[in-house]
Amino acid sequence: MLRLDVNFFDYTILAVYFALVIAIGVMARRAIATSEDFLLSGRSLPAWVTGLAFISANLGAIEILGMAANGAQYGVSTVHFYWIGAVPAMVFLGIVMMPFYYGSRVRSVPEFLRRRFNAPTHLFNAWSFAAAAVLTAGVNLYALALVIHALIGWPTWLSIVVSAGFVLAYITLGGLSGAIYNEVLQFFVIIAGLVPLVVIGLNDVGGWSGLQRKINKPEFFNSWSGTHLGHWTNPLGDWFGIVMGLGFVLSFGYWTTNFAEVQRALSAKDLSAGQRTPLIGSFPKIFIPGLTIVPGLIAIAVLPKFGSAKGLAYNDAIPALMNKYLPNGTLGIALAGLLAAFMAGMAANVSSFNTVFTYDIWQTYFVKDRPDRYYLTVGRVVTVVGIVIGIGTAFIASGYTNIMNYIQLLFSYFNAPLFATFIIAMFWKRASPWAGVSGLTAGTLGAFLMHIFGFNIAYFYPGGHYDPTHATINVQMLNFYGAIVAFVADAVVTVAVSLVTKPKPVAELAGLVYGVPDPDAPDPASIPKPKWWASPKILGAISIGITAVLSIIFV
Amino acid sequence: MAENPSKDNSADAPKSAAAQLFDIRLLIGALFVLYGVMLTIAGFVTSGKQLTKASDININLWLGLAMLLVGLLFLLWLKLNPLRHEREPDEAESGREPRRH
Repeated sequence: MLRLDVNFFDYTILAVYFALVIAIGVMARRAIATSEDFLLSGRSLPAWVTGLAFISANLGAIEILGMAANGAQYGVSTVHFYWIGAVPAMVFLGIVMMPFYYGSRVRSVPEFLRRRFNAPTHLFNAWSFAAAAVLTAGVNLYALALVIHALIGWPTWLSIVVSAGFVLAYITLGGLSGAIYNEVLQFFVIIAGLVPLVVIGLNDVGGWSGLQRKINKPEFFNSWSGTHLGHWTNPLGDWFGIVMGLGFVLSFGYWTTNFAEVQRALSAKDLSAGQRTPLIGSFPKIFIPGLTIVPGLIAIAVLPKFGSAKGLAYNDAIPALMNKYLPNGTLGIALAGLLAAFMAGMAANVSSFNTVFTYDIWQTYFVKDRPDRYYLTVGRVVTVVGIVIGIGTAFIASGYTNIMNYIQLLFSYFNAPLFATFIIAMFWKRASPWAGVSGLTAGTLGAFLMHIFGFNIAYFYPGGHYDPTHATINVQMLNFYGAIVAFVADAVVTVAVSLVTKPKPVAELAGLVYGVPDPDAPDPASIPKPKWWASPKILGAISIGITAVLSIIFV
Repeated sequence: MAENPSKDNSADAPKSAAAQLFDIRLLIGALFVLYGVMLTIAGFVTSGKQLTKASDININLWLGLAMLLVGLLFLLWLKLNPLRHEREPDEAESGREPRRH
């Protein structure tokens, strides 16, 4: 069993960090007088803060450990989850979609659906998002407990209660500002913890070329090798699944409609800052594979029997390297970063759950027209309830061994169809109220059925050899194709239902659909233009450009 | 246009206190300076065994200096360009400095 050699110096570093986490919550409390202050940071934050929080909300420890595991298992192909599988969607959100979200002053992603479609569409999305958010929060909590147990020996239940307690303290006190400020701080600490690991590891194996020599599998270092249609050998399947399933459907569904992400952009101080939020976040995203995939590769090069039945599991790549390389002190920083990342993953989910539940479910359907003070209290109570449910969910998650696949499964059911509905909603004013909920239902059903029947399709097995036990199936590839099915099912049903039902009067779509401007919107000439270097189009173009160059280098 | 429920109680609605929010650069700067100093000092007393573990890189020293630098840069940025919240128009006009974004 892996056990870190933590001493008093590391514990001091951890104690300082956790004291600061609580201090942020206490200090942010002063800035909360309304429910919007609590749930949306009063829409007051600068773009660099929301941009780093945008990426940090996704940079939970499951993501970090999971991507290092993927790096060890699949090699450089894992970059598809970062480059084609994230950057284009983030740029699209910033340039194309934020004007609709921020400009229409909606307070959440489900609220956009309520105004664009109808109550059933809204309820479908609000409830499924709320459920997914608390579930993911629980998964994060469970993963955190496993790591604390393994690394410093605390019993699982104690880790769950203590870490849930920290998250509870800083987000019931500081609200979304508490969560976002902690995410920004965590971003820098996790980088400070991972960089030494990569520097020492690469030095130990003799640099990048030494790493390639030691692993001695050239195809491991090419991201697109073996992605031919019909006879794939790449661990992520063929190019069509990667480009359309991961790069288009899953990625756009997650980054542009997941409220835990979009909420960070909605809390920015103006539309320009809101647009720049995902664009600023895309730059760290481009380079994070260097801090997650590379440790995974180093782990298979230097750890004996790594990933086999006799050695450590792939998910242990980063903790195992911390144990092997980091001296006390730096070890404390890395551990603080890792624990902070787990808490951030949970806090992002709880802080988006409380907003959707308070505004979209409670205020819209249960108790309307109360003074704002009432909803501020509801927001705080819901935060506590969300965390308690998260603790319960932590135990459900323990039934699944591969946490990453478990989360991906959730994405493919709920998120895959979402992007189809949103893109049609924003660009086709004919899309009718009932088309919304029908399309979402069809898409979710499509994803679910594909997940069940996909196991019988021989093409998803290596070499096309069907395995009756289903053990050798390419799970990632099945997810990508499941997402494509969900997207197509949603789009077809949305269009078909729109054609036979009554559309919404155009006046009700102001600001929500392309080509229907909001008459109440401020005159564009009165809004201060950002400096040229802060223009969303230029930032987006630079981000896509860097990604393209890197993709060619690691082809 | 659908009405926004948050505007329902406009009469006695409390004002947003978002302008009271502190600047996170202060805490990032302070934490990194503190960690930087702690690690740099540790770098000078790291044992030979721990150095060998890190493939002969004095990582505590280097990380300590890097974090110290990052922390100081945050504090410098804060000093050069302090946070200014959007003020009410009349207040903004009486402000000493021109507003920057």
